[in-house]
Amino acid sequence: MKRLSLDILLGSLLVFGFTALVLLIAGAPVLASFKNIWLGAFASTSKISQVLSVWVPLMLCSCGLIYTFRANLWNIGIEGQVTMGAIGAMAALRIPGIEHPALILTLAFFASFLGGGLWGLLAGGLKTRGGVHEIFGGLGLNFVAQGFILWLIFGPWKRPGIASMSGTELLPRDLWLSTFPGWRVATAGVIIAVAVLILTWLFLEKSRMGIKLKAIGQNPKAALLYATSPERYYLQSIIIAGGCAGLAGFLQVTAVYHRLIPSISSGYGYLALLLVMLSGYRIILIPFLALFFASLNVGAIQLPIVLQLDSALSGVIQGCCVLSALLILGLRQKRKQS
Amino acid sequence: MDVKFQNISKNFGSVKALTDVTLTAHSGTIHGLIGENGAGKSTLMKILTGYQSKSGGKILIDGSEIQLNDPRQASKHGIGMLYQEPMDFTPLTVLENFSLGSPYQGRRELRFSLETLTIRFGFHLDPDRLVEQLTVGERQQIELLRLIHCKTRILILDEPTTGISPAQKEALFPALQQLAADGMNILLVSHKLEEVASLCSEVTVLRHGRITHHAHAPFHFPELLTAMFGSVPEQKNKTHCRTQGSSILLFENVEATGERQGLQHCVVAVNEGEVIGLAGLDGAGQSTLLRLAAGLAIPNKGNVQLFGNTLPKSNSASQQAQKLDVSFLPADRLEEALFADMSLSDHFSLRGRQSSFWRSIKKAQTLAKNGIREFSIKGNPEDTAQDLSGGNQQRLLLALLNPHSRLVLLENPTRGLDIRSGQWVWHYLLNTLSPKTAILFSSPELDEILHYSDRIIVFHDGEIVMDKAVNETSHNAVATAMTGMKEAIQ
Amino acid sequence: MLGDLSFPVLIASVLAASAPLIIIALGETLAEKSGVINLSLDGVVLFSAMAAFVVAKETGSLTLGFLAGGFAGMLTGVLVGYFSIYLHLSQVAVGFALALLCRDLAYFLGNPYSRVQGPTLLESKPPLHDILPSSLQTIMTQPLTVWFALLLVFLLYYFFTFSKAGLCLRSVGENPAASFARGLNPSKIQMWAVLVGAFLVGIGGAAYSLSLKPGWGRPQGAEGIGWIALALVIFGGWHPMRVALGAMLFAFLQVSGIGLQDLFPGVPAQVFQTAPFPLMIFTLIFMHYSTRKSRKQGYNENSFQRFIGKLFMSRAPKAIGKSYKQE
Repeated sequence: MKRLSLDILLGSLLVFGFTALVLLIAGAPVLASFKNIWLGAFASTSKISQVLSVWVPLMLCSCGLIYTFRANLWNIGIEGQVTMGAIGAMAALRIPGIEHPALILTLAFFASFLGGGLWGLLAGGLKTRGGVHEIFGGLGLNFVAQGFILWLIFGPWKRPGIASMSGTELLPRDLWLSTFPGWRVATAGVIIAVAVLILTWLFLEKSRMGIKLKAIGQNPKAALLYATSPERYYLQSIIIAGGCAGLAGFLQVTAVYHRLIPSISSGYGYLALLLVMLSGYRIILIPFLALFFASLNVGAIQLPIVLQLDSALSGVIQGCCVLSALLILGLRQKRKQS
Repeated sequence: MDVKFQNISKNFGSVKALTDVTLTAHSGTIHGLIGENGAGKSTLMKILTGYQSKSGGKILIDGSEIQLNDPRQASKHGIGMLYQEPMDFTPLTVLENFSLGSPYQGRRELRFSLETLTIRFGFHLDPDRLVEQLTVGERQQIELLRLIHCKTRILILDEPTTGISPAQKEALFPALQQLAADGMNILLVSHKLEEVASLCSEVTVLRHGRITHHAHAPFHFPELLTAMFGSVPEQKNKTHCRTQGSSILLFENVEATGERQGLQHCVVAVNEGEVIGLAGLDGAGQSTLLRLAAGLAIPNKGNVQLFGNTLPKSNSASQQAQKLDVSFLPADRLEEALFADMSLSDHFSLRGRQSSFWRSIKKAQTLAKNGIREFSIKGNPEDTAQDLSGGNQQRLLLALLNPHSRLVLLENPTRGLDIRSGQWVWHYLLNTLSPKTAILFSSPELDEILHYSDRIIVFHDGEIVMDKAVNETSHNAVATAMTGMKEAIQ
Repeated sequence: MLGDLSFPVLIASVLAASAPLIIIALGETLAEKSGVINLSLDGVVLFSAMAAFVVAKETGSLTLGFLAGGFAGMLTGVLVGYFSIYLHLSQVAVGFALALLCRDLAYFLGNPYSRVQGPTLLESKPPLHDILPSSLQTIMTQPLTVWFALLLVFLLYYFFTFSKAGLCLRSVGENPAASFARGLNPSKIQMWAVLVGAFLVGIGGAAYSLSLKPGWGRPQGAEGIGWIALALVIFGGWHPMRVALGAMLFAFLQVSGIGLQDLFPGVPAQVFQTAPFPLMIFTLIFMHYSTRKSRKQGYNENSFQRFIGKLFMSRAPKAIGKSYKQE
């Protein structure tokens, strides 16, 4: 316990030190920058609700990634899975002739899960059948998804008259997920994120599938002796991961942007990869770290206006957190050995 | 240059691999170092090459002590080793392999040196071929030539004839004799008595990390065998009351790859209730046979039949075998059968064919607690598998064993166990499992095989050379067959 | 040809567009041949592009700019090397985190220099320019980075195939334990390979911001290039020539996209800009797939087949991605 708190202290010092150094190099006021991020994230309920609306997709992607990391898969294709989920949702929302908004939204919900899941299955299939490492299959599929969404936005689904990078036409109001008055985060989104978190915890900690995934991740060879086929579970985990990412895409469409835009995934998939690495693959830590990451993201938005700094500072801090954690882990392991 | 090992010892954790080994090898001779698997021969030699560090003792060359911290220092002293598993680079060419680690030379001179050496020793090597296209014997030839080219004065050969053809052997032996005649100091590590006898002028026998025998040519074989494998135990009256019934496992002229030589022309039938010991030197084919029966390896030719069903030639073979109540316990428990970071109760919830979606942690804990008590495992349900000692890992695997197993396959079941744990394992296997269960096991300890099996199958270089009931054979006959000799020694 | 592109112009633009990518991919090839995967490329390219532009702008010296790019790359190489070779951490995890960190660091630090005019490496006329036929004149009027990239291909090929040091480096990537047994120091060799490789990646990044897509901004235009370079190395079979050919193919796709754009005015430009990425990756995966069988089968004895085999079939260094621990 003492060692853990020492590690956390050391890690925070590293992160603060490095960030301060970066800020000094950029000639920015160090304390004012940190203060601005804090205010940008928590100054008002509207800001807090904005943090939550980033928290939701981060949670969904992270929960999905926990499955693949358990099986020791590097699901870098999660970005594409978010995008395909968004496309799936949009496709369902565009079905003509369905009057009832709740019905069509439900349909979109499942379509997004399917879209993301199938995209995951493709990467998984490339791995188990084709021997293409999931990192390269996933990357390729990310680019394909990106090309696909651009084609849709500029082609078949373009805004009447002008096609542009700003995306498709806005959805009709009744297809927007509702929010509490004064809040900017969809209630349904938060509920979905919490539900997925609980389900993930239940699946991974309480079900036989969870323990089998863990076994395969640790030692696929030994898993064979327990009548467990690694290939089957690789595919299962990556479908679920893709599905969760797809749900994030669904919420990006129906709750955040209310249309399809080229960067609908907002890089949350990659960010979730960092987040899950930082959590040490522990589900319990994910909601808190997701909150931390989300508040950095939202807090940094006003940096360009107030201090003429680039908002990428949040990414610097996030990446630095992961590297510091890795450094401490590596040093500790090295010390244990000698 | 004479080498003297003085009181060398080596510990791996708490395991003593070498204890107080003292021996001298003289230049101009071939000194044989023999012993069964795990006797410590390779470890001793790796210490001499600086590849492994020693825990105690001194190494003297021509009377003066030398420091050996890494292979570079050893090669400066003219020490070179031909490893048992060729330490080379298969995707590179012969010439490239030859040049790595050699003193710097232009390409042309290197090629010339290689060609001269090949001719001198009567080998046939194409400098531009990739090493992966060569046989193990040819790969050894390259290494040998490279070591000679590097001006090696003390040459260590670790099992140089495992995996090479008789013709290559015939090329190798005169070359070695010629080198010794030129004044080189050669240390030959081997299991094979015939080779040692024909090449060496002096022999040292290691057993369990200690020197048990030292002799000059001509050698008295029974003495060497005793020093290697321990004293010939008295045959106890077997009290097995196991039934022997119908045939359950059938190998129909199976050919497979695996280990050093794979497995060829394998025809075996196993009956209900039999206990069969698979004897042979390390990697002679025993493990391949066990893995084929467990569905973990797929035959290239022929079929494996379990209880009348032919195993499919796909990844699902192992699941099929487990459905037929076949269990396999590999020798490398932590690498192949357990999950290092998972708790004992997690292992219990992985076991079995329950189809429920949820797993009950309480139930797994109860199972784990019962298992710990029944199998006297020293550990708690929350401990991870890697926290357990080797003996307790084996007990855990037995506790996880399907109690309705009809065929149990064990690879070296007492590996790393002390005598009492070993006896306990065998007591469990023979008395707690149903007498109808067939047991197939491999072991490097000949005594264990002779003591527990009803029938012995002996492997040599991927082929079965003997298949007899235990009371029709003898300690010496099996030991002889293992070392590849044709006739028993009287 | 394509749109109104004439053949010599097409070749010239493909060469120009491929040069930075060739340098980057070859840097990665060097590291991977020694057994270390440096997954941080995508961020490092941007980071070094930013560093190069800022230094060139401040000092007014292109040479210093390129050097700054190289050293910025090397700095990340130190991290990758230390984390994966000496601390034995997962190379993928370290590389990925570093890729995102470097990208954001580049955007953050480069912000004041966004959309600012700066020095640019211009095309220079080759010697004997005036006596060449006009088509060759077009092709050979290139910035120095193009010549550097082409030279590097041959240098690296020579280094791997004929030099002693290259052989030692390859041997570590294949079997570090055996290299150690032969008196080499695998960790040191890997570290050098990673550092020099990262330096080259940095030079490649600098070639973007100082020559191919001059200037700095968000986005810069080199986004995604790192991932393409990684894929090129792997599917190019770790062979400098084939990696370079792959880079040229990618540049061709990019250039022809610009040409095709004029032919299909209805299709938006963004599609043509993005299309080369998935196309490239899937061409590579497809090639990998279709040669898989022949790579698995035995080896051909006839010298011509052997030559072809060397050209098209190769495989990963055996110890790639595994960190070596001495016994």
